[in-house]
Amino acid sequence: MLRCNKYIFAESLEEAYELNQKKNNVIIGGNGWLRLRKRQWGTVIDISRLGLDKIEEDAEQFRIGAMVCLSDIEKHKGLNAYTHNALKESLKHIVGTQFRNCVTVGGSIYGRFGFSDVLSIFIVMDSYAELYKGGIVPMYEFAKMPYDRDILVSIIVKKKPLHIAYSSFRNQSTDFPVLTCAVAVGENKITTAIGARPSRADIRTDSTEALKDIEKYASDTAKSFDYQSNMRASAEYREHIAEVLIKRTLEKTEVPYGN
Amino acid sequence: MEIKLWINDKLITDNVEPDMPMLEFLREKGFYSVKRGCETSNCGLCTVWLEGKPVLSCTVPLMRADGKHITTLEGLQKEAAEFGAFLADEGADQCGFCNPGFIMNVLAMERDIDDPTDEEIKEYLSGNLCRCTGYTGQFRAVKKYLAHKRGVNKNE
Ligand SMILES: Cc1cc2nc3c(=O)[nH]c(=O)nc-3n(C[C@H](O)[C@H](O)[C@H](O)COP(=O)(O)OP(=O)(O)OC[C@H]3O[C@@H](n4cnc5c(N)ncnc54)[C@H](O)[C@@H]3O)c2cc1C
Ligand code: FES
Ligand code: FES
Repeated sequence: MLRCNKYIFAESLEEAYELNQKKNNVIIGGNGWLRLRKRQWGTVIDISRLGLDKIEEDAEQFRIGAMVCLSDIEKHKGLNAYTHNALKESLKHIVGTQFRNCVTVGGSIYGRFGFSDVLSIFIVMDSYAELYKGGIVPMYEFAKMPYDRDILVSIIVKKKPLHIAYSSFRNQSTDFPVLTCAVAVGENKITTAIGARPSRADIRTDSTEALKDIEKYASDTAKSFDYQSNMRASAEYREHIAEVLIKRTLEKTEVPYGN
Repeated sequence: MEIKLWINDKLITDNVEPDMPMLEFLREKGFYSVKRGCETSNCGLCTVWLEGKPVLSCTVPLMRADGKHITTLEGLQKEAAEFGAFLADEGADQCGFCNPGFIMNVLAMERDIDDPTDEEIKEYLSGNLCRCTGYTGQFRAVKKYLAHKRGVNKNE
């Protein structure tokens, strides 16, 4: 349960940032993950009144405010059209409607959770984390950055022409994924992300030449990641599933491959 | 902290602890339809509406509801009884503990999606766990209830 001495609605990002410099204070997103931490916080900093709950779209990009809940992304026509519903597919297995009405994209990306479907899909797109002090950082770099005390303001997705597809594998529906796979093909490149290994999503980028032999691409790419065992699956099982998921996800992109 | 909100359209002002969960507050105020199940955001038993959207009251901090409207099953008595009759007819429940959260989400779905497909129904309701049944009774009840509502709406 969330425990704190004070709950403050920040009136500006600067105020939120200043408050967040104290180790005993914390930013709250949708409270899905935060509430599971057994800790008494000094001040919980709420940024939900700063207009960060909007998705802006123009000809070049989408800018998704950190406080946008997952279900608003799932329902966004522009994002669904751009990703051929891959974004929706990545989110719809996360717990349930009510949960996705609560939890935020900011908390999901900032958390950089190993099991994250959310990170796995954004990382294959031409996407960026907009940090209040740290500026705009490519998502694959942000995924590797250590946790600091900055504030994630928005996620930016550039509308690069890409064929994007997503698959995840779960032992049981609505559970955490055993493995996640996102693929983006475009501009003669293929980027594949594998997440929930169970460590956090990482990417491999190759020339689309590699797709002349899909079987080999899937096998080589699956082998290039490291896997560990946990209560959901063994490392060996994950590696095996990875190869299959990569192949299936590539097929979903409907890009003609092979000779 | 001072808080002002509406529960089932009734204005309530109070002074609460800053970390008060919405679920706790609602039960303290006598809204016992709101059940505590997993308390880890997994089961959907604690579902209420915040500004008309179904949310988990174990997860949303009460302070987030300041200035807003919460709806619980107590505020939807007529509709809840109407759908509840379909659940009963299908023998859909055993202990019934999951019912209030489930009904809240079914009524939200009815408002959210026009004429949902089977797949959409299952997806929308996947966050409502039931430990006693196998969901088929609930599914039948939802389908029959929606068909009934479509008939009612057509005849209006
Ligand atoms: C039971 C359960 C099951 C889940 N299953 C899945 C799943 O299958 N797939 C999946 O991808 N995810 C899953 N998740 C994770 C979920 O989707 C969210 O990613 C998670 O709850 C965090 O989002 P939040 O909005 O709740 O953030 P919070 O829990 O409020 O915050 C998470 C962390 O991020 C920090 N934070 C939040 N917002 C910001 C910001 N703007 N700037 C800086 N720091 C910030 C907080 O201080 C905290 O450290 C699950 C979570 C739970 C509790
Ligand atoms: S008690 Fe809230 S989801 Fe289980
Ligand atoms: S009927 Fe007992 S939990 Fe659903």
